[in-house]
Amino acid sequence: MKSEARIAYLFAMPWILGFLTFLLYPVMASFFYSFTDFSVLRPPRFIGLENYKEMVQDEVFWMTIRNTFTYVVAAVPLSATVAIILAMLLNTKVKGLAFYRTLFYVPSLVPMVALGILWLWIFNGEHGLLNMSLEKLGMSKPPNWLGDPAWSKVTLVLIAMWGSGNAMVIYLAGLQDIPQSLYEAADLDGARLVAKTRHVTLPMLSPVILFNVIMGMIGALQVFAVPYVMFPNGAPARSTYFFTTYLFDNAFRFQRMGYASAMGWVLFLITLTLTFVALRLSERQVHYDRS
Amino acid sequence: MKEKKFSLATVHIVLIVLSLIFVSPLLWMVTTAIKPIEETMTATPTLLPSKFLWDNFPKAVTYGSKELGYIPFLLYARNTLMVTLLCVAGSVCSNAVVAYAFARLRWPGRDFFFAVTLATMMVPFPVLMVPTFGLFKWLGWVGSFRPLWVPAFFGSAFSIFLLRQFFRTIPMELSEAAKIDGCSEVRIFTDILLPLAKPALAVVALFTFMGTWNDFMGPMIYLSDQETFTLSLGLQAYQSQHGGTQWNLLMAAATVVILPVIVVFFFAQKMFIQGIATSGLKG
Repeated sequence: MKSEARIAYLFAMPWILGFLTFLLYPVMASFFYSFTDFSVLRPPRFIGLENYKEMVQDEVFWMTIRNTFTYVVAAVPLSATVAIILAMLLNTKVKGLAFYRTLFYVPSLVPMVALGILWLWIFNGEHGLLNMSLEKLGMSKPPNWLGDPAWSKVTLVLIAMWGSGNAMVIYLAGLQDIPQSLYEAADLDGARLVAKTRHVTLPMLSPVILFNVIMGMIGALQVFAVPYVMFPNGAPARSTYFFTTYLFDNAFRFQRMGYASAMGWVLFLITLTLTFVALRLSERQVHYDRS
Repeated sequence: MKEKKFSLATVHIVLIVLSLIFVSPLLWMVTTAIKPIEETMTATPTLLPSKFLWDNFPKAVTYGSKELGYIPFLLYARNTLMVTLLCVAGSVCSNAVVAYAFARLRWPGRDFFFAVTLATMMVPFPVLMVPTFGLFKWLGWVGSFRPLWVPAFFGSAFSIFLLRQFFRTIPMELSEAAKIDGCSEVRIFTDILLPLAKPALAVVALFTFMGTWNDFMGPMIYLSDQETFTLSLGLQAYQSQHGGTQWNLLMAAATVVILPVIVVFFFAQKMFIQGIATSGLKG
């Protein structure tokens, strides 16, 4: 072996080991466990497709699927929209860009648990900031954000939108990369703001949007910490009981690690399928013509 | 020209309104934290406290204070800091070395393995959860901090990617010239590339700091003894036991947990923004 290669393997060794131990092994093992009955107390016992068969019959499983999909379908596009609008506002050569950018970005720094607790207080029915403001604005019966199953998911989506500062930074960088000449050409054609947004900004930004939406989707499918802190046991009426919460409960509360592994693989397959679909659907919409 | 001025003013107004909406929850948290308890319970809450009770902060974080029940916050802060620092150290060391191999050295299988590395970012954590727990259980590490920081010493796909992108921007001629001068690969790495990579390493350190400080699921899986809790876990335990009563102290505690992250961000803002922008754009 060439000496450069030998040294290279040595350099790459931490990750080779890490990849084998903390990625490849767990992925393979959980695939195997998904066909077993298994807990910390019992060694794995092979049961074939039983876990998957049970899942099809499991009403709680389907409920968490519905809850999670509802959340993903609302939270991902809405926070992307907020992030893009904020980025476009900041890309107008307005003064104080760094200051505004910081203000919009800081919420996405807040640790999940503190975030959940903070929002419990904001959304508090009696003394919360939000309902107090809504009442001042003339709403006689503001929603019961935390206690009404019809509103609990709206609450979580609003929180997700509040945290869109991270994506905003990425979109802003993408916007700043768009050549100014394109806008000048559009100006010569007499294009107004809406036309420029539709025919220049969004097409040029499309690779960034695609990447962010896919990453956002992967993250939203695994939503866990904030609902876990804010809505114990998926209350009210299990409207916030999500896929990962149920998976976690199966693994560590109900001691059903085989079933949890099977759920993990289902989540993996859902993630892969949705990513693939997003890539295929966007093939004609996304422009990779930047060099 | 007139039209342009007008529209810039509109943008300003919209931005001011929006930034108020974004910041008000955090401001509300801080003002609640310094309010007397009665003022958090009134029917029409006031924005500012009648008197500023800075006392609430020490009260909220003091070891086993009466008001907060048994929440040894200082101990939790120490635990969190220890795990976080170990993770930062591990992540900076391991990812720098590995990214160097991917960016600057030729070896069979490199490009394939790099593609696989990128693909692993799509693997949802819940898939890995059960076997990883089993592994640490087998090692007898469950209940200790080791499951939380040891993996950091074995690299992470995201940081490897970030550093590799950076190492690739440094001209190869630099390494070749050093090689002609009789410099070994290890020396080229430690003496030439590493000093140049300081900004990128800082970004990795920052992201690791934020990620570990904020981590909730990891500590929840591996730590069960109250004495070993991290801040996230302690805050959650406090909230689930006594939540909904002493909002002022709870908000004070939350502020204390959030503050280090925000302080770190303010000191490294430029670096941070660049890091995020790079990670999202060249994916």
